[in-house]
Amino acid sequence: MSSTTNSPTHHTSTIGAIGAPSRRNTELALLVFAVAIPVFAYANVGLAIDGQVPAGLLSYGLGLGLLAGVAHLVVRKFAPYADPLLLPLATLLNGLGLVCIWRLDQSKLLQQIHVAGGKATNQLIYTAMGIALFVAVLIFLKDHRTLQRYTYISMVAALFLLLLPLVPGLGADVYGAKIWISIGSFTIQPGEFAKIVLAVFFAGYLMVKRDALALASRRFMGMYLPRGRDLGPILVVWAISILILVFETDLGTSLLFFGMFVIMLYVATERTSWIVFGLLMSVAGAIGVASFEPHIKVRVQAWLDPMREYTLSRTPGVPGIHSDQLQQALWAFGSGGTLGTGWGQGHSELIRFAANSDFILATFGEELGLAGVMAILLIYGLIVERGVRTALAARDPFGKLLAIGLSGAFALQVFVVAGGVMGLIPLTGMTMPFLAYGGSSVIANWALIGVLIRISDTARRPAPAPAANPDAEMTQVVRPS
Amino acid sequence: MSELTLTVMRLGFLAVLWLFVIVAVQVIRSDLFGTRVTQRGSRREAARPQQTGRQQTRQQAAPPPQRGQQGGGGRRGRNAPTKLVVTEGTLTGTTVALQGQTITLGRAHDSTIVLDDDYASSRHARIYPDRDGQWIIEDLGSTNGTYLDRSRLTTPTPIPLGAPIRIGKTAIELRK
Repeated sequence: MSSTTNSPTHHTSTIGAIGAPSRRNTELALLVFAVAIPVFAYANVGLAIDGQVPAGLLSYGLGLGLLAGVAHLVVRKFAPYADPLLLPLATLLNGLGLVCIWRLDQSKLLQQIHVAGGKATNQLIYTAMGIALFVAVLIFLKDHRTLQRYTYISMVAALFLLLLPLVPGLGADVYGAKIWISIGSFTIQPGEFAKIVLAVFFAGYLMVKRDALALASRRFMGMYLPRGRDLGPILVVWAISILILVFETDLGTSLLFFGMFVIMLYVATERTSWIVFGLLMSVAGAIGVASFEPHIKVRVQAWLDPMREYTLSRTPGVPGIHSDQLQQALWAFGSGGTLGTGWGQGHSELIRFAANSDFILATFGEELGLAGVMAILLIYGLIVERGVRTALAARDPFGKLLAIGLSGAFALQVFVVAGGVMGLIPLTGMTMPFLAYGGSSVIANWALIGVLIRISDTARRPAPAPAANPDAEMTQVVRPS
Repeated sequence: MSELTLTVMRLGFLAVLWLFVIVAVQVIRSDLFGTRVTQRGSRREAARPQQTGRQQTRQQAAPPPQRGQQGGGGRRGRNAPTKLVVTEGTLTGTTVALQGQTITLGRAHDSTIVLDDDYASSRHARIYPDRDGQWIIEDLGSTNGTYLDRSRLTTPTPIPLGAPIRIGKTAIELRK
């Protein structure tokens, strides 16, 4: 690209980032770093708990390194201009998650209640499956625009996935939230996959309809008010998300689903009024449902007063299910302080259920402290930033909307889970992407990163050189020496 | 394991984690600004955004001859020019920042500097950086010619700092 920029026939002052080099070597260097950090953490856990470097260090490091290496080579081959940060950031989070799960496996208490024990090996297998799906996405999805053909199929597929947990005999009620299905001994969280498929549908749909949604509006108090009939789509999505909230009793999935639509609607139409409507509708919906749905009510009560739940859970003979989890998580964050207790030296086993899945952030909070959690949240933020940047750079509206939708969903999920565990919003049944134990989450999020990398490759690929360039090369006159 | 070792590892881990974040942000920085920007202060070179690293290493090799030429110009010492200033003619006072782009001069509307000058051709001349970062002026076959100092240009010629380039009634020069 560089040698062609001094074309004599164009003045080339507008050349932007398009000519950026592929940055694959940057990615490789960061990837090595991203594998080294979890290996360091792994050794640290072993030293802290047993006083010796754990026996599995080499195999663990090699396993993670191999997976990252395969992913990198595939990116190099099939998406050479992709964003250099997405893969290392996701690898680092996944590696830290593995270490933390392994660290919780060492806890005797958690082993007794079958929350932990051998989970790290499972998670490594899930990671391998996730990377396999990532590789498959990159190899078979040559151009993200082909997804546009499947707009309405995606809608059906997403609804199917969202409704699966409600099918009698298939759906599994895990601690109150019905967002799981169980096939044999496996449990799958279809909502994780639904978010990708839904993003495809929303992107395809909004790309076609955005003009109608953006232009036909009246101005009122500085806001563009949409016409009544244009409110249709947002109302339908809102209704479905409320139905999810009522029947699957999961605030997280509902919030993710609706929030993603509102974000994409805003990006597609550039109308702030959609955000105002969206916020009002989601607040109204959440308050409405929380007032009569018992499971949500419990969650809201636990959020408003975790200490009361804690006391009730310790008092024998109190009716209803009370959990001290949230209070324990808050204490974990508190006891971590600024710099944390260090790997393997906290007491996150006190959280008991879901210590390595929904509540894994509390372990990070306790053992790495504020500094560690901030770094992790920043890494999530960077992934989202790269997604948004990809959307900005993408040249086709479908790619823009899809990238925004996926990164918006990712950001919402992180917000919903981190907010839940930290007591900012009521707790939900979702898991921290990449960190938490759980096959569906890891696999689906690797696929999400795969799609983002595919879009970013298309977006950052240098535009095909204009035909005049070979001539321009010829007329570059030799300078007199 | 001693308390000290664990404390060192704990702090070390946080440091390494943050180092990763900082490195990642550094990678983003290059993306945010779009293109590579050469540090003028350290390298004493004009900003040359489109150049890739390979060419910049060649650029580093270039300064000695450039300095010689500028020394011959005798006005601005060692620094490379950063702007082009119109000193005579209807556009007097106009400046164009030199950022590695080719600057075209002429009466044509798509020129970088559109000359409102009857003696200028529609595509009169262009000024571009060569691979070493030296700014070159080339006459594009104009009717009345382009003059550097007093001599009419026949070949693309490096421009010394402050030397007047005359096109019709217009004079321009490169400044630091």
